[in-house]
Amino acid sequence: MATTHRPATDSGPPRPAPAGRRSGPAAPPPSWRSRLHRLDLKASPYAYIAPFFLCFAAFGLFPLLWTGWLSLHRVDLLDPGVMEWRGLGNYTRLWGTEQFRTALLNTFTIGVLSTVPQLLMALGLAHLLNYRLRGRGFLRVAVLAPYATSIAAATLVFVQLFNPDYGLVNWLLSLVGVGRTDWYADTWPAQIAVATIVTWRWTGYNALIYLAAMQAVPKDLYEAASLDGASRWQQFTRITVPSIRPTILFTVIVSTIGATQLFGEPLLFGGGVGVSGGSAHQFQTLSLYMYELGWPSRQLGRASAVAWTMLLILLLIGAVQLLLARRGRAGQGR
Amino acid sequence: MTTTLEPTPTARPSTAGRAPRRLAGALRAVRRRLRPGAGEQDKAGPLTYAVLVAAAVLSLFPLYWTFVAASSTGERVAQAPPPLLPGGSLWTNITTAWEQADLGRALLNSTVVAGCVALSTVAFSTLAGFAFAKLAFRGRGALLTVVVATMTIPPQLSVIPLYRIITDLGWGNQLKAVVLPSLVAAFGVFFMRQYLAEALPVELIEAARVDGAHSLRIVWHVVLPVARPAMAVLGMLVFVQSWNDFFWPFVVLTQQNPTVQVALSAIGGGSAYEVNQAVIMTGALVGTLPLLLLFAVLGRHIVGGITAGAVKS
Repeated sequence: MATTHRPATDSGPPRPAPAGRRSGPAAPPPSWRSRLHRLDLKASPYAYIAPFFLCFAAFGLFPLLWTGWLSLHRVDLLDPGVMEWRGLGNYTRLWGTEQFRTALLNTFTIGVLSTVPQLLMALGLAHLLNYRLRGRGFLRVAVLAPYATSIAAATLVFVQLFNPDYGLVNWLLSLVGVGRTDWYADTWPAQIAVATIVTWRWTGYNALIYLAAMQAVPKDLYEAASLDGASRWQQFTRITVPSIRPTILFTVIVSTIGATQLFGEPLLFGGGVGVSGGSAHQFQTLSLYMYELGWPSRQLGRASAVAWTMLLILLLIGAVQLLLARRGRAGQGR
Repeated sequence: MTTTLEPTPTARPSTAGRAPRRLAGALRAVRRRLRPGAGEQDKAGPLTYAVLVAAAVLSLFPLYWTFVAASSTGERVAQAPPPLLPGGSLWTNITTAWEQADLGRALLNSTVVAGCVALSTVAFSTLAGFAFAKLAFRGRGALLTVVVATMTIPPQLSVIPLYRIITDLGWGNQLKAVVLPSLVAAFGVFFMRQYLAEALPVELIEAARVDGAHSLRIVWHVVLPVARPAMAVLGMLVFVQSWNDFFWPFVVLTQQNPTVQVALSAIGGGSAYEVNQAVIMTGALVGTLPLLLLFAVLGRHIVGGITAGAVKS
């Protein structure tokens, strides 16, 4: 192989590359130069992809496996050389801890509260941005602006806006007759506030991703549909959404991962009580709990067990999403 | 729903008919590229504008309010109807914030970190992306799948051993501890691969090969010129991401040598009830301003980059 440029048979998840590639027959005469040439052809691709795989192996995969190993031990942050075997003890102890179960539930509820509205709004926004618009460039940049804001800056601003006593949100709500809401202390308001920060930062970004996918939908599909008398809403639900289904799946997976590792927002939203995620852990996420166990409490083994639990949960969610996507596609008859 | 209020689409008889739809789609895609803006659907109605303007306001308001609070006194921020217009204390607040957290150092650190990460990610991603897009080698499909799959592993899961590695190396609280794990990113590899798969004609590479160019020469003289726009966009995206990264810098750096985000966490986190609220907002403003300026200047390109990268995902 490898002496000719074979047409790139696209494997893997990305879309098939555009048609129009041709393979070039280039069989060189055998000489030392051509041998060198062949070596270059064979080896250089691996040299080019090596940095990524080396970096991933060193800073991603190896630590991940090590985390798994640590999770089976009792390890102190300040004395990490001493490891005491505990088997699955860390895991069983976790599941018996109420704070862990709270954090797990919080991660789930905050995840749903942020991901679902965020993606739905992004879908709607993308649809609207897809019209022929005046000021299109400005609107797109404006919607994306929160993406430029950091977690820290955004959270600090929203802490002020959600302040129960003088925050803008409560003031606006009081104008429409809603009484004082304690966005820090009460469970649901606090979780909604944290989810709002996430939603604010990522809605525009997702909208642009959807917009890009929508622009690749062939226009004659819409023309045919409108000839058949389909309303705009029907066109949106029957053509736009199914056409960009892979993109939607992509954003769902990415936001799920993002929601699972939520850390900075609840930490900084908690102000002085940061790591505990509120006075009653009402918005402590799994990441925050992991950090609290690993650093302030110095129990690296238990923190590792939380990390691996997160991994297992992610794998589970991923499998469910892929199954649903596959079933959805089968239902579409594609 | 807003869509029903739009003017009815101008119904043109479909010229494509049942002809090979793929070809028609491909041609259309090409034409769309040639005429920017031609891909949009019908003209927007007033309700569409209303919703979009509302979304823009909601997106921009917290940023505007950061400026309002940062330019106010602490008392003014804590009034019952909060202020909606800027005050006159911006400079005082900036000097105070600068004293409370080492913002100058933080800004410098963040620039260094984000710059290094962006440069190295772009360089390595371009090489790997080129290999995945245009070079034939055994295991390419499987390896590309691995690259994409690694995007789904949250970096936090590796943090505990990584922290140990870094402290064992004696790199705790040093910038290289932040840079090193981010030297290359799966997203970047995938992004460049998608771009080069479309933008780089195989014929160019073959012609260079026939002329006897070895593969690094090809990268330098053929791939780089084609890849430059995508490299610029990727560089900006990675810079933004690295600038805003929170978790790992928070774990590995201290307030003696912080990035902007770590410095902000100290201003806002430690003692929220003692520190002047206006000063906190000033910190947030200073930390965000560089990126907002970047967006004001290059926003369209960043938007274009995100959409270009997503079309093919």
